[in-house]
Amino acid sequence: MRSWVRFAAGGLVVLLLAALAARWLANDYLFFAAFVVLQFVVLATAWNILGGYGGYVNFGTGAFVATGAYAAVALQKLADLPLPLLVLAGTAAGAVLGSALGLLTLRLRGIYFAIATLAITIILETVVLNWDYVGGARGITLDRPHEDPFFGTYNRMLVVLMAGMAVVAVGIARWVGVSAFGRALSAIRDSEDAAEACGVPTLRRKVQAATLSGAMMGAAGAPLPLYLSFVDHTAAFGLNYAVSAMAMPMIGGTGHWIGPVIGAVLLGTAQQAVTVTISSEVNVLITGLLLIGFVVAAPRGILGWLGR
Amino acid sequence: MDLELLIDALVAGLLLGGFYGALSLGLAIAFGLLDVPHIAHPAFALLGAYGAVLMQGWFGLDPVLSGLILALPFYALGVAVYSFYHTTFERRGTDAGLRGLAFFFGVAFVAEVILILLFGIDQRGVRAPYIGRALVLGEFRLPWRMLVASGVALAIAGAMALWLSRTYVGRAVQAVAQDATALSLLGADPVRVKRIGFGIATASVALSGALLVVVGPVEPGLARIYIGKVFAIVVLAGLGSVGGTVLAALLLGVIESVMLSSPVASWTPAVAFGLLLAVLGLRPQGLFGR
Repeated sequence: MRSWVRFAAGGLVVLLLAALAARWLANDYLFFAAFVVLQFVVLATAWNILGGYGGYVNFGTGAFVATGAYAAVALQKLADLPLPLLVLAGTAAGAVLGSALGLLTLRLRGIYFAIATLAITIILETVVLNWDYVGGARGITLDRPHEDPFFGTYNRMLVVLMAGMAVVAVGIARWVGVSAFGRALSAIRDSEDAAEACGVPTLRRKVQAATLSGAMMGAAGAPLPLYLSFVDHTAAFGLNYAVSAMAMPMIGGTGHWIGPVIGAVLLGTAQQAVTVTISSEVNVLITGLLLIGFVVAAPRGILGWLGR
Repeated sequence: MDLELLIDALVAGLLLGGFYGALSLGLAIAFGLLDVPHIAHPAFALLGAYGAVLMQGWFGLDPVLSGLILALPFYALGVAVYSFYHTTFERRGTDAGLRGLAFFFGVAFVAEVILILLFGIDQRGVRAPYIGRALVLGEFRLPWRMLVASGVALAIAGAMALWLSRTYVGRAVQAVAQDATALSLLGADPVRVKRIGFGIATASVALSGALLVVVGPVEPGLARIYIGKVFAIVVLAGLGSVGGTVLAALLLGVIESVMLSSPVASWTPAVAFGLLLAVLGLRPQGLFGR
């Protein structure tokens, strides 16, 4: 209980800092970078619930981000709903996709599941390309407010929103890590047959994990089109999401909730720096090389070095 | 759709499917028989394709000939990749599967970015006497490039089938797929057998990669599309059978080709992946599974 109080206090401090920064810092690029890094904290944490705790590799982070993003786009265009409802819609859409994926494919193990997630990404991208209402291949420009009464600009408010989502996501992952649910997932990762034999309802737990992970990714995707005020299939389905959301937990360490956070903050910041100073190709090259390097040489990530 | 158009699409689909078969055979061995989660397989094929582009630029070589020459260094590449994969992941046990997957995914991703850095994102193609011309048979026009691609593909499939059934190493590869422990009891080293098998599979990828650039211009992002196609074929075929792989490839080729000439052509990229999901969900052992 004490540790939860400390965690909540830490989360509040992060949020307060984000709000203060949004109110008074001047550099707009910093906010974009912060938005991206915070989004990756959510995505890496979400990926880790299914991948790190449960041992199921999801190559389809892009599909979930895009599902959240396009759910927000469609509803904004349809009914001009307020922001919290858009985020809620993105979360729900991600959860539906997650449970559908879980039901369809979690009977499959290992590589089959991973390839199925890749398949879902391409299929959904084809759906978006053929869906004219949300812009099809050309993408869509969003009509959204530019001002915010408290933070100055709308984008700054979105950064604070994303910081809030990051705190909530990490809190969820922290809870999963110590709960019976998390222990069931770890048992599934270590030996699915043994877990089943011990009475863990493996299929139900896996579908629940996929749903939770998908909901968090969908939530992280919803503010993306609003921030960019434009979205097309390459921005939403970018392979970079799939690789980064996997590389970050692997770099930080998959066994503990802090691992994905460390990975997302370090790699996310480095990516932003490299993209600005060198080029975005070199940025993805470094991400890929780091993923390979850590998988090969440091299977337990940075946390492994620290002896956790 | 009128009949002539349909027959046209069927023939084109069979040719396309033959080419898909060549591309999938390496994976049928690497994944189907040797159990290596080789997500980077299409990325290796793309390396072969760009190799053929380079060889034509430097020496003016025919792409198929380049593919044959490249098969040698690719064999060495395959041996090296498998040795590395074995020592780093296979031997470690427990969650090696997860990390092995992440490893090959990273390799595919890095290969794509390196190709972008070296060649840019524009399409690259090759010249050859059979590219751009067609064999006219009465009503039908059969592009020579597709005829060459599926002809070479059939030759690869034939050689592969013979190798697996007639040679000592080929049969050892099949044995390792069935029971590695039994094989080691008979005095053969399963790791060595798998290394050679993976090398041969990768060598075949060099040639089928060269066919890739014969069939059409290539770009660095192409491998991603082909991941779905080759895994759909290999899973549909039931892991590791050469005949099943070719049949499944022909099936996918025909479906895609018929769809391309229909009003829903823009949905074609989803076909392979949709088929893959359907097979995984409904019949994971494949159509021709063991």
